[in-house]
Amino acid sequence: MNTSALIIMLTTLTLVTGLTLYFFARVLKTPPKPEPDSYLDNDDELGRQAL
Amino acid sequence: MSANKESWGSRVGLILAMAGNAVGLGNFLRFPVQAVQNGGGAFIIPYLVCFLVMGIPLLWIEWSMGRFGGKFGHHSTPFILDAMDKRRFWKYIGVFGIWTNIAVAAYYCYLESWTLSYVMHSLMGSFNGLDQNGVAEFFNHYVNLDTSTTGIPYEPIVFFVICLLLNTWILSQGLAAGVERVAKIGMPLLIIFGIFLAYKGFTITAGEQGAINDSSVGLNFLWTPNYDQLWSPSVWLAAAGQIFFTLSVGMGTIHCYASYVRSKDDIALNAMSAGWMNEFVEVVLGGAILIPISIGYLGIDRVTELVQLGGLGLGFKTLPYLFAQWGPTLAAISGVMWFGLLFFAGITSSLAMGTPWIGFLQDEFNWRRKPAAWSFGLIVFLLGMPTVLYFNYGVFDEYDYWAGTVSLVVFALLESVLFAWVFGMNKGWREITSGSDIKVPNIYKFIIKFVTPLLLLWVFIGSLITPKGGDWGAALSGNWELDNGSIIKKLANSGLKEQLAAATDPAQISHLEETMFFVNASRALLALVFLSLALLVYIAYKKRVREGRI
Repeated sequence: MNTSALIIMLTTLTLVTGLTLYFFARVLKTPPKPEPDSYLDNDDELGRQAL
Repeated sequence: MSANKESWGSRVGLILAMAGNAVGLGNFLRFPVQAVQNGGGAFIIPYLVCFLVMGIPLLWIEWSMGRFGGKFGHHSTPFILDAMDKRRFWKYIGVFGIWTNIAVAAYYCYLESWTLSYVMHSLMGSFNGLDQNGVAEFFNHYVNLDTSTTGIPYEPIVFFVICLLLNTWILSQGLAAGVERVAKIGMPLLIIFGIFLAYKGFTITAGEQGAINDSSVGLNFLWTPNYDQLWSPSVWLAAAGQIFFTLSVGMGTIHCYASYVRSKDDIALNAMSAGWMNEFVEVVLGGAILIPISIGYLGIDRVTELVQLGGLGLGFKTLPYLFAQWGPTLAAISGVMWFGLLFFAGITSSLAMGTPWIGFLQDEFNWRRKPAAWSFGLIVFLLGMPTVLYFNYGVFDEYDYWAGTVSLVVFALLESVLFAWVFGMNKGWREITSGSDIKVPNIYKFIIKFVTPLLLLWVFIGSLITPKGGDWGAALSGNWELDNGSIIKKLANSGLKEQLAAATDPAQISHLEETMFFVNASRALLALVFLSLALLVYIAYKKRVREGRI
């Protein structure tokens, strides 16, 4: 590949992949909010519901 | 009271469903073609700029409008918009958010059904032994409803119905048990299939398995920047258009999904995560499959010709032939992965298209989920059959143009004005940042108020009066001749009339005259659907007044 194409491609792929992983990781790391929240899966977590 | 008491199952499920809504066939078929036609690697600069100043703001606008409407029990755009201002006409603007989805689903489900059928044909080895023309002819016979190689009579109709039944059944299962579950299975599978095909796209070696070029040739072709093109308004317009369509903004689906999020829960981070996930699928995976594989086996000149016909031709008429070069087993695996990937991209979007209509019936007419879902299936079947039966008469393209292109820009422009100028930026900003798990940069207050609406206005005007051949230089210097692709010329059927005037073959003249009839009939049908929906919104409004809900 020529240098300019390689630089553009690698920069773009790294940037887009990095930001995708960063924001998804932020979602996974953020603790759920106290009940009632929007999500059914949290409804059985009695300890959190008591907050 | 509304019968609508649904919820999302989990936050990750919501994000995957939102990302699935955005990820569509265009991520794999439209983006690489747009990049090649608009400056190669340099296209990514206007593309990412438009994502930052138009895509992300629109995502935040639509997520927050949806969550705001949800507080009042609204789950479709007519009454979400109505809740944002005292003036009553906004609910009719909101009709776009149901109409677009029904009209787009009508042709999109047909397109989705091709992918399902091609998965089966890849497994059956239908493309083995065919040359490139043979594979292209296979597609032409398919859309012409000619005799099927499987012996199934009217195979495209059978697959269209199967696809619709599948969509409707999933929708009838509800938000968490249906839509979200499919997104949780479909999105990871789509990414795995995409990574496999991208790996193949990156490792083609000239001289092996019939390849004539290394993958680096295709990657060079796609990524070599032509910076001169950055000065062309057409390139920026193409980038803005691509960002617009890839994120599924201006449709009403994001509002609908977000209306099930409670007011204290985050939307800013959710929107960023879903938006960037779509970008990953489009830029990283979408950029590594279609063009590198096609150029590896066909060469730059042939692919340059094929690119003019759009990504659909490359995806359905060319790739099955190229996969066949890898031997029958790998061809079957790759075919299943490619068309399977397109199928998951399609179904996660078409499911999103069903939810505004279902939410509307549940909210306004107390329908239960199941009958509301089946009514969606029936309407899409009736509206979609003309695209199946008269595909070669421009019906499919007509639906795509008015419902899948023009309508999105109009609705997004109006909703951005409503949000930033009518609802008010201060209230709007509170909606965006309320419950946020990230710090939203203050610069976006300015961008949402000024830059995004202006950019959308420019995209709309640019589409309305596109100069001939996209030559803005000539147009601005005084010679403003409209292109046949501009909205004004399209409305006047100028392109068709020119073809008709130039035609001499009686068969061709007859075909063009029939095309003109079907094009006009499609528009009348779409307009009738819009007016019917507006009437339903009026009836719902009167019902609300009677019940003292307004």
